[in-house]
Amino acid sequence: MNAFNRLLTGAAIGLAVSLSSFAANAETPANMLVIANRIDDVTTIDPAESFEFAGSDISRNVYSRLVILDPMDLDAGYKPDLAESWEVSEDGMTITFTMREGVTFHSGNPVRAEDAAFSLQRAVILNKTPAFILTQFGFTPENVTETIRADGNTLILTTDKKYATSFVLNCLTATIGAVVDKETVMANEVDGDMGSEWLRTNSAGSGPYMLDSWRPNESVTLSSFPDYYGGAPEMERVIVRHVQESASQRLLLERGDIDIARNLNPEDVAGASAADGVVISDELKGRLMYLALNQKHPELSKPEVRQAFKYLIDYEGMRDSFLAGQYAIHQNFLPATYLGASDENPFSYDIEKARELLTAAGVDGLEIELGVREAQERIEIAQSFQNAAAQVGIKVNITVGTAKQILARYRARELDVYLGAWGPDYPDPQTNAGTFAYNPDNSDEANATGLLAWRNSWDTGGLTEKVEAAVTEGDRDTRIQMYLDIQSEFRETSPFVIMFQQIEQSAMRENVTNWSTGQAVTNAAYWQVTK
Amino acid sequence: MALTDRTGEGRASLPPWIKTTFLTLGSIAVTMLGLLFVTFIIGRVMPIDPVLAIVGERASQSTYDAVFEELGLDKPLIVQFGYYIWDVLHLDFGTSLLNARPVSEDIARVFPATLELATLGIFFGIVLGVPLGVLAAVRKGSWIDQVARVVALVGYSMPIFWLGLMGLLIFYGILGWVGGPGRVGIFYVDVVPPVTGMILIDALLDRNWDVFKNAFSHIILPAALLGYYSLAYISRMTRSFMLEQLSAEYITTARVKGMSEWDVVWKHAVKNIRVQLITVIALSYATLLEGSVLTEIIFSWPGIGSYITTALLSADMNAVLGGTVVVGLVFILLNIFSDLLYKVFDPRAR
Repeated sequence: MNAFNRLLTGAAIGLAVSLSSFAANAETPANMLVIANRIDDVTTIDPAESFEFAGSDISRNVYSRLVILDPMDLDAGYKPDLAESWEVSEDGMTITFTMREGVTFHSGNPVRAEDAAFSLQRAVILNKTPAFILTQFGFTPENVTETIRADGNTLILTTDKKYATSFVLNCLTATIGAVVDKETVMANEVDGDMGSEWLRTNSAGSGPYMLDSWRPNESVTLSSFPDYYGGAPEMERVIVRHVQESASQRLLLERGDIDIARNLNPEDVAGASAADGVVISDELKGRLMYLALNQKHPELSKPEVRQAFKYLIDYEGMRDSFLAGQYAIHQNFLPATYLGASDENPFSYDIEKARELLTAAGVDGLEIELGVREAQERIEIAQSFQNAAAQVGIKVNITVGTAKQILARYRARELDVYLGAWGPDYPDPQTNAGTFAYNPDNSDEANATGLLAWRNSWDTGGLTEKVEAAVTEGDRDTRIQMYLDIQSEFRETSPFVIMFQQIEQSAMRENVTNWSTGQAVTNAAYWQVTK
Repeated sequence: MALTDRTGEGRASLPPWIKTTFLTLGSIAVTMLGLLFVTFIIGRVMPIDPVLAIVGERASQSTYDAVFEELGLDKPLIVQFGYYIWDVLHLDFGTSLLNARPVSEDIARVFPATLELATLGIFFGIVLGVPLGVLAAVRKGSWIDQVARVVALVGYSMPIFWLGLMGLLIFYGILGWVGGPGRVGIFYVDVVPPVTGMILIDALLDRNWDVFKNAFSHIILPAALLGYYSLAYISRMTRSFMLEQLSAEYITTARVKGMSEWDVVWKHAVKNIRVQLITVIALSYATLLEGSVLTEIIFSWPGIGSYITTALLSADMNAVLGGTVVVGLVFILLNIFSDLLYKVFDPRAR
């Protein structure tokens, strides 16, 4: 639905609502949580494979991990979950986890260190998309039985070199760190697939919720696990309904047929916030909106030009107009709420400053191509930038295309400027530091298309080494300072103009409390919700 | 003629029904092959990358290349198409690239939802559209004709998503007369065992009246909306066919002979437009069975229209092709059914 249609619909609904209040509202039962969400991105619910938002929401509630991010205290970082405690060897390469006693899977089987070892080994051996979160520690299908092993009630992880403990543990809070019930999974193994086919549509966890059903593009139904070691959740049943259209979600919410609507557009958020019994909750998420300048371009590679572009963004103007409520200004590669994230936003919209910098660089009359994918908000940001650039004599030709068209050229280092979005893969600062500020080989032959710094042909200078040092730093506070320093240097020197961080707005009935979508670091949790 | 007679001499001629059957089957095969070929080629040349859809934007080149080969995209197009046809001949539509489920299972889940909605929709369209068109023709220029014209015009010109949302707002949001988005209320999900996949039928089979009533309250609004769009088309076409008949000489003759107006209209004129109406209704029904994407989105109706659209936008070509086969078959079967009805209603077509 385009912007005009949205406006038309929003206006019509607003008018009708103002003329007549809704009929007596229904209400969902006190022990049931009903959520409207777009769940058409769920492709699998196997934690070794799941890498999408809605799928990860399911895993977060169905599976326990060795360590957990507490939805009621996300700032505290990881806390013990199935692992009651852990010890790190002197050389920093081995972490020994002691498992919590008396915990059972939904099947009734006890949770053992053997299950935890199997789960991590399985993820490495299957080598699906998110497997890199584990394999970056040197785990391979060949060595995994030695590097990840159970010994009685302990699980022993041995990495290929010393890493920051916080790095390893943060990664274990990701979906791929979920502990599956080995006996149940292997009972459903077909042709040596380690239960992969079965686990795509079934679950074998020990988390606060059990999966009742998943109907693609329809609904997910969960029921509370009465024997959950942390106590059975108050919401005995959680139903997530796939409701694509924002206006339909709003109607369901205002009628009281759902408790939470997760995908309202700005017009419907504004409308719903005025409705009786509805409140809006904002949470910063991990997605960043950024511009990237290809350093193969002779003019764009000049430090003053890189700096000038950071003053050509109307940060506040966009935030307060077409991005209202959906994005916050953020100029660092670590999203706010991440360990070590900087909250410094030194750049502002300053045409004169940009002009001075361009003059200093000797740039006059530049013409560049900007590639952007066909998404409304991105195109509008591109147009805003195009207008600002025109004021300093830079002609920006916007090329709009599909992901295939634009990303293929971006990955091949062919675009002058790329405008896009990036979301973190796991809840550790390395996830973004390792792509924005890390590029060990800037040659074309390296073909490191997964690294954003490489895609923009940027030799990061000393930042690559600093990123490498930060992932091995054992002391948490020192590590935080290292990332703050890296971001500070990055802001000034990099060819990335990081502009905005996404906000997720949940509209919910006012009796819902403790709702958390997991901020930037993790996914939605249901077990702490009360009504 | 003589030549024909000579060449036919001595050859045992096949009974006509066998010839017709062979011709029909041949026609189905050629049409389906053509449909698949065009869809397949469009799917391959469109600027959507199925590999990126699977591996994600940040995958390394080696991962990308591995999946590219795994999908067989490194082979020539014609070879890829050949493999696909071979699989389809074995009733294997492949697995969805994205959710790794067999496409046939997905279609078995979404098509009954569309079938249920479209059937109720076309029922409304016929029951209201045909009489409205007949009345408009008989009372040409009267207020009834004008009302019918406005009804049709609104049906043609109003954006369906807007009308749908307004319907939801008024009948669900404000009046509370009907159920909201979704096929059934949350308390009735999975209550009746799925037999046909159509909840109304399954509830009847299970004799579960609560589920039936709830499902009916959910389907009535989207079905009425689709019915309205069919009504607009059917009523205008009916009016046009009727006007042609009513100006024919046999109608004048019937009137001169003193036949009542009711008999003139319903026993003579309407009887003679049945064949044309069948074509119009079959086309409307086929269009509804393709799935109305916007209606399905607004009403959170998990039908084949939104399934194919989602698959297309996600570059899930196995799902797109599977869905296309089903929609193509629906068109063909409806055509055959229409042909059979022609023969029932029109002796000249036998």
